[in-house]
Amino acid sequence: AAVKGALRFQVSAALKEGRVSPTELCQRCLSLIKSTKFLNAYITVVEEIALKQAEESEKRYRRGMPLGALDGIPIAVKDNFNTAGIETTCASNMLKGYISPYNATVVQKLLDQGAVLLGKTNLDEFAMGSGSTDGVFGPVRNPWSYSRQYKEKSVKKSHSEDEESNWVITGGSSGGSAAAVSSFTCFAALGSDTGGSTRNPAAHCGVVGLKPTYGLISRHGLIPLVNSMDVPGILTRCVDDAAVMLGSLAGHDPKDSTTIQDNFKPFELPSLTDVSKLSIGIPKEYHAPGLSSEILALWSKAADLFKNAGAKVIEVSLPHTRYSIVCYHVLCTAEVASNMARFDGLEYGHRSDMNKSTESMYAATRREGFNDVVRGRILSGNYFLLKQNYENYFVKAQKVRRLIADDFVKVFRSGVDILLTPTTLSDAVPYTEFIKEDNRTRSTQDDILTQAANMAGLPAINVPTALSERGLPLGLQFIGRAFQEKQLLTVAKWFEKQVKFPMIQLEEVKRHNCGVFQHQKSASFS
Amino acid sequence: LAPWVPVVGLEIHAQISSNSKLFSGSQVQFAAPPNSLVSFFDASVPGTLPVLNRRCVEAAVMTGLALNCSINKKSLFDRKHYFYADLPAGYQITQQRVPIAVNGSLSYSLCIDNKMSQMVTKTVRIKQIQLEQDSGKSLHDDTRSQTLVDLNRAGVGLMEVVMEPDLCCGEEAAAAVRELQLILQTLGSSQAVMAEGQLRVDANVSVHHPGETYGVRTEVKNINSIRFLARAVDYEIQRQIEELENGGTILNETRAFDSKLGCTVPMRDKEGKQDYRFMPEPNLPPLILYDEKSLPANMNHQQVVNIDCIRERLPDLPSVKRAKLVERYGILPEHSFTLLNEDGLAEFFENVVKQTQMKPKKVIGWILKDLLSYLKQHSLTVKESPVSSLLLADLLNLLETKEISSPAAKQVLVELWKGEGKTPLEIVKEKKLELIEDQKELEEICQAVIDGQENEVIMVVLG
Repeated sequence: AAVKGALRFQVSAALKEGRVSPTELCQRCLSLIKSTKFLNAYITVVEEIALKQAEESEKRYRRGMPLGALDGIPIAVKDNFNTAGIETTCASNMLKGYISPYNATVVQKLLDQGAVLLGKTNLDEFAMGSGSTDGVFGPVRNPWSYSRQYKEKSVKKSHSEDEESNWVITGGSSGGSAAAVSSFTCFAALGSDTGGSTRNPAAHCGVVGLKPTYGLISRHGLIPLVNSMDVPGILTRCVDDAAVMLGSLAGHDPKDSTTIQDNFKPFELPSLTDVSKLSIGIPKEYHAPGLSSEILALWSKAADLFKNAGAKVIEVSLPHTRYSIVCYHVLCTAEVASNMARFDGLEYGHRSDMNKSTESMYAATRREGFNDVVRGRILSGNYFLLKQNYENYFVKAQKVRRLIADDFVKVFRSGVDILLTPTTLSDAVPYTEFIKEDNRTRSTQDDILTQAANMAGLPAINVPTALSERGLPLGLQFIGRAFQEKQLLTVAKWFEKQVKFPMIQLEEVKRHNCGVFQHQKSASFS
Repeated sequence: LAPWVPVVGLEIHAQISSNSKLFSGSQVQFAAPPNSLVSFFDASVPGTLPVLNRRCVEAAVMTGLALNCSINKKSLFDRKHYFYADLPAGYQITQQRVPIAVNGSLSYSLCIDNKMSQMVTKTVRIKQIQLEQDSGKSLHDDTRSQTLVDLNRAGVGLMEVVMEPDLCCGEEAAAAVRELQLILQTLGSSQAVMAEGQLRVDANVSVHHPGETYGVRTEVKNINSIRFLARAVDYEIQRQIEELENGGTILNETRAFDSKLGCTVPMRDKEGKQDYRFMPEPNLPPLILYDEKSLPANMNHQQVVNIDCIRERLPDLPSVKRAKLVERYGILPEHSFTLLNEDGLAEFFENVVKQTQMKPKKVIGWILKDLLSYLKQHSLTVKESPVSSLLLADLLNLLETKEISSPAAKQVLVELWKGEGKTPLEIVKEKKLELIEDQKELEEICQAVIDGQENEVIMVVLG
């Protein structure tokens, strides 16, 4: 239902005023998806379903009764969320052909608000990875690889070399969703975030990536990676849009016992002008090994921005940060080993032809269904869960996790409102370079700046900040207090306004660009 | 030869009597068409999450209180991992670290030397009660080399009652389980019918010489009735003793009871020790229970289980019921055991007592000897008795008012069993069983008898 005084967005306004119709919007997005197929951002595009939803939305607008700000807005959903009647693969052979029998709560909420579901986006298999390169449908390409900004800056080694070999990764694991939002094929997308899987690709693709507080948004229907850390993530082109999405999705779900019981009230994002009452913390441990000098400079510049605007900017310490990756590996692999145990070929998904015995069928199915990354994590996880190892690994990691979470509690208790950190160590690297290291190594490197927020269950957001020397997006991260998304987003919005991140200049988008995006600086639905 | 001390510890799984399963909303029903009571969660469809069933928690608290346990105000859920066709998720949700109830006791009675007249009360300690999921059922079809899986039972709530190894023989095991069964049925927390799989018992058995450490134990499964439980335990004790006395060793294995052969055999499919890789269940927060003291003022009562409320609503347990029967009716303790042991018998007895002038102490004889033995002979339950409490009361009234003799009453009863709808009075009239009060009539009958037996009379007179 429309909330009085709620945020009204440019596209929403355009829809309401009839300047563009939901079906036009939908068709344009579907068309753009086709033109940008080389990005490989979508695994499944549900053209007929989307058009039908758009038609329904149109009827509502004609009657003057839209369901809310999201009515008619085209969205995409990461392919690890269950979508009734639509294939949900998790980019794995294990679930190829698996048609979800139900909608994830977040999907249902979006549909109930009239959002138009365009399709399911690509990811690393079962959300394990930081590049969106390890799924069975192939890697996702960062739209910025094809942007004028990147092409201008890239040095061609030879004439024969073209974009084909020079394209950069999206980051992961929600790379498909990030690419979809970044390339304008949808106005918002759902991702998931367990160790940074929404924020990392958001940074690399120049979009807003919000990781909400654990327990705020229902995980019912999200195929889990690490139940105690997973959250549905929100990817949009601006902070205001993220707030609208959050308002539609947050709240207690009786189907998810880990959601908080308290009532959630969707909020209006104030346009902050005065930051003098804010205290921004700069955690020194986030000056991590491998952090590019570019990002370091940008981070410093951002801190100065706040300082010059009157905010209190202080250095803080989160001493246990350096243990978070190791801790994460133990806890993540243990939960993965457990969560993947259900994939045996019996009830759904891939089943091997091997039928000599139940055991051999299980073994063959799991070998055929899972890629190396998944199998590696299962094996590690089972090792840590063995009786003789449980105390030394799992329990120990739980204790370290508590220490990491307490670091944040202490800092926030000392008067700091928001933490400002980099999101990634560098801008997006070319695919050919990324795959030189294995998934585990990459994850270890890339998760360092985002992982701890998942350990502590805190909300965090990537805000696109500037372009790198190579013409690729650089983002910075804000981490907030638990359940204080309003404060977090308010600060993020202020920052977004200050930095004025440029719009991607993509040929394909220009070609499809008529009217809808014309008068918008950041081409959002806000 | 040195004496052997058998040690028996029981693990009992009682299916919780509830409308829906422990973590999902699908129905609980016996013998439904295969795979007709399976929710997405039960089938481990990816992305589904467990939601705890309040009724199951209450059932476990009730049972814990009835067994004198401490109820843990905070208990936790864990995952126990193993692969099997009837376990869709590849793990069972159970309570391994901190179960819902601990440190209780169960008192039960045994007859000494098979004489009902001498009963002794024993106690077995309850280690813990935990909530956990039941698995589905798998049927092995060897002819077609396939396994058929029915998930109707997958996810049904179970209470696992773990007893300390305080028992020493089959008889004790049977008596203890029987008492537990009665308690569960009285509480309504489980219907505990073994034949329907609502009560399953596994027995851990070992033997040792007095003063020495406990021997290696075996686990005996596949016990389908209380009678079989006694036999399985006794057989296993004997088997172990013989094995050891012949110089053999006992393997720490799982054995199945074969009811046809009356022995235990090693189970196939079970390979030694399994590492279940226990891990906390991340989708369920700790289970917090309250009592009057700890209950916060503004709590939503729908979301709260109050131990004190449950304690107040507990019905009279079998031991209390028996004591009341003894006190109220003056019957013997062993009588009260038999009354409670048969479903509906105590009620039948009380109904008869209500409707007759005969003293309860006399009524009980008719109930326990005549009624019960007839029912047993014909494998009937009390509910199926062709003789209702009203009919029996009528009969006993005729006896009380001396209208018929005791032998005559028994004859009437035989007729009543036929269930032809005749009242006792009608049968008495039909068979001319009335007691003759008239002195003259009696003399005439006696004289007639004597007249007809000349030889016998002479013998009697001669001494």
